[in-house]
Parts: sequence; structure tokens; C-alpha cells
Amino acid sequence: MQADNSNRKITVRVCIGTGGLAAGGKEVIQAFKKKISDMCIDVDVDFTCHYQKVGCRGFCARDVLVDVVDGGKSVTYQCIKPEMAERIVAEHLIKGNPITEWLIDDTYYAFHEKQKKILLADCGTIDPEDIQAYINVGGYSGIRKILSKMSPDDVISEIKTSGLRGRGGAGFPTGLKWETCRRTQGDIKYIICNADEGDPGAFMDRSIIEGNPHSVIEGMMIAGYAVGSNHGYIYIRAEYPFAVERLRLAIQQAHEQGYLGKNIAGNNFDFDIKIKLGAGAFVCGEETALIASIEGQRGMPRAKPPFPVHKGLWGKPTVINNVETLSNIPYIIRNGAQWYASIGTEKSKGTKVFALTGKVKNTGLIEVPMGMRLGEIIYDIGGGIIGDKKFKAVQTGGPSGGCIPAELLDTAVDFESFAKVGSIIGSGGMVVLDETDCMVNITKFFLEFTQAESCGKCVPCRIGTKRLLEILERITKGMGREGDIELLEKLGRDVRMTSLCGLGQTAPNPILSTIKYFRDEYEAHLKGKCPAAVCKELLTYSILEEFCKGCGACLRACPAGAITGEKKKLHKIDPAVCIKCGACFDVCKFKAVKKE
Amino acid sequence: MEKTLEKILKEHEEKEGNLISILQGIQDTYGYIPHEAVHWFSKRLNIPASRFFGVITFYSQFHLNPRGKNIISVCCGTACHVKGGSKIVERLQRDLNLNSAGETTKDGEITLEVVRCVGACSIAPVVIVNNRVHPDMTAEDTSKLIKKFKKEKSYAGR
Repeated sequence: MQADNSNRKITVRVCIGTGGLAAGGKEVIQAFKKKISDMCIDVDVDFTCHYQKVGCRGFCARDVLVDVVDGGKSVTYQCIKPEMAERIVAEHLIKGNPITEWLIDDTYYAFHEKQKKILLADCGTIDPEDIQAYINVGGYSGIRKILSKMSPDDVISEIKTSGLRGRGGAGFPTGLKWETCRRTQGDIKYIICNADEGDPGAFMDRSIIEGNPHSVIEGMMIAGYAVGSNHGYIYIRAEYPFAVERLRLAIQQAHEQGYLGKNIAGNNFDFDIKIKLGAGAFVCGEETALIASIEGQRGMPRAKPPFPVHKGLWGKPTVINNVETLSNIPYIIRNGAQWYASIGTEKSKGTKVFALTGKVKNTGLIEVPMGMRLGEIIYDIGGGIIGDKKFKAVQTGGPSGGCIPAELLDTAVDFESFAKVGSIIGSGGMVVLDETDCMVNITKFFLEFTQAESCGKCVPCRIGTKRLLEILERITKGMGREGDIELLEKLGRDVRMTSLCGLGQTAPNPILSTIKYFRDEYEAHLKGKCPAAVCKELLTYSILEEFCKGCGACLRACPAGAITGEKKKLHKIDPAVCIKCGACFDVCKFKAVKKE
Repeated sequence: MEKTLEKILKEHEEKEGNLISILQGIQDTYGYIPHEAVHWFSKRLNIPASRFFGVITFYSQFHLNPRGKNIISVCCGTACHVKGGSKIVERLQRDLNLNSAGETTKDGEITLEVVRCVGACSIAPVVIVNNRVHPDMTAEDTSKLIKKFKKEKSYAGR
């Protein structure tokens, strides 16, 4: 049956966030456009259809996600590929019958049920390339509100009451930072948005910028008004070209609509924003290094005090806030400090966005109220571990954070509770590890990272991280010595105490937290065993006689020619030739390759 | 070359602290930063060349040597690491006959790079071929991708 097509207004929303684009979001949009123009020639359709590109909606594991909004009714399709567009157009758009087997299922609802979306609510529903879409959902009403009836001190007091704390890692109270900068004398002051999201395993800042760039711009304007600054900088990684493009467009549109520039919204307040691209240095996430980088120098941190609020960019008072922090501001101003303070725990207010990744079933971007239990995030939202393997730990806070083991899954997600168990919330990366992950190897991975990114200015970090890494390397190679674990602990504490900036002060965290909770794994390595069978030098590969079918798959896959055997007969691995790459293990369908 | 450099200078001249932006402009144009370009700017702006080289060698984005026509980056951020990113790197090194990441094939076609997180952690592990992100890759998938790529000598999707 043909649906009544008169006056139907259909919107097709296609996710083109990071995940959506990689899964073919652009191609899906094109396919829809083409199919609709092809098919509407033959059938008598009288509906208007428009396409919306939307940012990340969180559930990247099921990309490409496509919403079809027909009248007031919205349904969501998952895992859509360009070739599926034809059927959706024919059956749903034209005839009005949604294709039930392609719709999102219970997992999708479970993924969202426990979340509380404030920042991400508009990400994924509004078109980030259209300023009007942001204005339609209440955007820029915050800046209009404060310009018409709030003094800068009112704004600061509002943010202080809300209890908002910085989302970049340290959790410093935002209102207090603004107040200090406001009280500092200075003819020129600066607002810097730190979008140098360098922590591996975190991508919320990127997603917020790509999905709702105007919320960050509005947050910066409000900050500017509060501290008395007319100049903003956004320092963003060059590794995020798409986010940079979105920001440029958003800034241009804000100028055209009179939200940036002189006399904003007809008031006596000027504000402008410039974009500065990072050049690939993790340490530039540290505020004094970031300032040096904007000034065109090597991005090396300096000793604090003086803090940037007193002496920042070009020696002027400067507030540096991270993307997620700034994105919270318009919502607090719009809905009131009391509303914001009612969410979360006593000392950690509001929501936090996490990048849930690793060995969890539902990977993606989530937003939860502070204080939720870690276990709820991993099992209820994340859906548990892939392949129903055993959960081992969750790594939080990137290279500055630590690993939280299974017995502490009851830990509440807030600044204080995480500190108590030896980790940090950090920027919000959560990498879930299962029984096949080696904790010593993961720790080595982080030290490789911090050692490579250490700027070299201070000795404890430059040499300390190098020595820590060397010890970890020899342990994972089976050449660890007695006393190495104690040495790691001692040296780790020293580096933590004496380094100049946050990078060095937190670099030993992965070591100290894994030794605390997984000391047995370190000890096993010293005895020449890797319990999770990850560390190459401690492994041997062999073929199990009872499972080998002689199919020859491993023989063909082996790049070293270490495997011999005739067809349909038992194959063998020559340990002298084997390079332990694991290709045979991955390719064998009969689980006949043993790794130990 | 002089004309091109003059153009880059014009785009950035007015700002203080424009050194990094100038270098980014040079690299966008040439794909790397030629020594001649550094010396030219050093003279024009009256900034010692050592300051340029100091900045160039500090940031991982800048390259002092030409790179391949095509760039294959394997992400080895945390999420990609635990899902097998390093296996992909090992496999590509063998396939492309390179000793380590960062090298370019002899014919100058492909440079293999390791990057630390591109923010695509929920679809890990990812491989980026000339700015296109490929999700959920395995060593086998990547190997096939490169074979196809070499055969066609031009890059078109997976």
C-alpha cells in the first residue's frame, strides 16, 4: 500500500562523526540522494525530504546510524551501507513501512538507558554546519542572557555555584579560575580553549567540536565576558582536520550572525576567536607548554607559579579551559547553576563524557552523571566483554592514569573516588582490558608513549622515564632481574615527586597502579612467563596434534617459512625459525596452534 | 621556489608567533620542509635558522626529508594497541620491505607511519591511507588493502 504522501516531511539524518565517516557515512548520504531522485521519477511521491549531516551520536560500534524522521515519528537504522539505501527509500520513504530487521535493537536502548546526555544531547541531532540549528535548540541564548541582565561577577558566581570542575584532567574548579583571572590587573586578557586532545584513547573533545562546535564558541564568549577578555584562541591538534574545518565554518557563521566580532548581539561587548593548529606534541596539552606553542616556540612547559591566570599568553592573564568544560558553560547559564549542581555527587558535579573502548561490546562515546559505578558503565552501557571473556581491568585517564581491577568495579566515577584507587578520570578515556591483555605490556606501552613525548627540559622526566621504560622492556623480554619491581616503585615515586610538569608527575601512574593490583603478573614475568601470552619473547608456538587437520592455512600464512607439513597431515613449527608473529595462531580455524 | 615562499610569507606575516604556522604552510606546499626554505625565511624574518630547526625537530608533525607519495598511518593509540595495532605495523613492515615505521619504500611510493591516537578509538584498530580512515582492521585486511593499492597504483576505498 502506498502511504499518503501529501504534505509528508521527511528528514534523513546520517551520522558523519568519526565513526560514521569511517564506516561510509558520506557514501550513505550520496546513495540516499541518488536513490530518491532516481525513484521519485517513477512513483508519484509528494513529500519533501531533506538530509542532515549530524555529528557523533555515541554508538560507533553500530555505524552508520541513520534516522528517518517522518512527521513526528523517528526511527533509527543501524549498520547501514550505501547499497541498503534503495530498499529504505522504496519501502520506508515511499510506502511508509520501516524495515524492521534493520532497525536498532535492544542493545541500542540498553546503551542509552543509563546515560544522561547534556553535552551530547545536541551532538547527533543538530546539523553542526548550520548555526541556525544550534540557535533553534536554545543556542546562544546563554550569551544573550548574560549580556542583557548579568554582570561578570554574577556569571562567575553562577559557575562557582554550579560546582563545575575542569574536564581536562586536573579537575580544578572553573569558577575559581575565572575569578582569579578577573581580579588580575591587565589591559589585555586571553581565553584559550585547549583542544589538544592528546591522550590516546580519548576522543570526546573531537566529537563535541565536530558535532556541536557552537557550544564551545558560546562557552568561550561567556568566559570572555566573565573575566574581561575580548580575545580567544582555540589550540587544536592538526590530527583532527575535520574538526578544524567545522570550527572554521562555525566561527565564520557566528561572525555573519553577529555573535562574534564587535558589539555582540547589539551590546557593548567584543569577542573574537582565532584558531591555532598544534604540530604533534603531547606535552602541549600542558597549559604553559600550550602557551609556548601558540607563541611559536618549542612547546616546553615552565615552572608554576606564576600561573597562566596571572601571567599567560604573551605575559597577559589567561584562562585555559578544555573543550568539554567550555561546552558545559552555555547549558549551565541557560538552565541555572542549581540545576547543574543537582546532577552528580557532592564534590563532582554534572556529567562526564567518556570514550568507552577496548574489549567492551558497545564501544562509543557515552555521557553519564558523575558518581555512577564503574561496573554499570562497563556491563550495562558497554554490554560486557567481547566474546564473553573475563574482565581484567579498565585503564582510565590515558598515560597519566592507572588501571582499576575487577574487584574495584564498585568504584564511583568521580574525581575523589578515582584518586583513592590510584587512577584519575583525566580527559575521560576508558580502555577496557580482558584476560588476554598483559598488564606489564600495557604499562610498557604507556611508558613508551610518555618517554617519547617527554620534552626533555627537566632531568627526572627525561632520564627517569627512559630508565623506567628500560626496566619494563627487560622484564617483558624475560630478562628482568630480582628487585626490578621494587626499583620501578622507588624510581616511579621519585619521578612523580620531582618532575616539572604534569607529564612527568603522572608518567609513573600506570606503573604504580599495575604493580599495586597486578604484582603477580610482574613476578610471573621475572620467572619467564607471560600469563596472558602477549609478550613475544616469552612465548612459544606449537601445533596440537589432536586438533590439526593439515589444512595448510598456517603454512601459507607463515612469513618466515617456519611451518612444514604435508596436506592433511600434522604440521610442525620449527622454533628456531619462528619469528613469533602469531600469524598462524590468528589464521587457524581449528584452534590447533598453541601459544604459551 | 622563491615565489611560493613569498606567498606563504604573505599569508602569515602580520601575526606574532607565526613561526609554526609558516612551517605548516611550507610543509603543506612541499610535503616536507626543505633546508633552503628555512634559510630563506630566516633571512627574510631576521630569525636565526636554529630557532626554526629547534621548532621543527620538537614537533612530530614536521619532516626534514621528502616523504612517499602515499602515506599509510597505523594508529597505535591505547585502544588500537590492545586490539592488535602493532601486529598491523609488523605485517606492513614485512610487506613493504621496511626496517621500521617512518621509512619510505625504495620507489618513493609509500611511507609507513605510526601515529598515536587519531581519536577513532571506538572503531579500533584503524589504518589511515592518505587521510581515509579504515575501521576494524586486521593485519590480513591491511595486507590485502596494500596489495590492491600497489596493483592499481591509485588508491580507491576498501
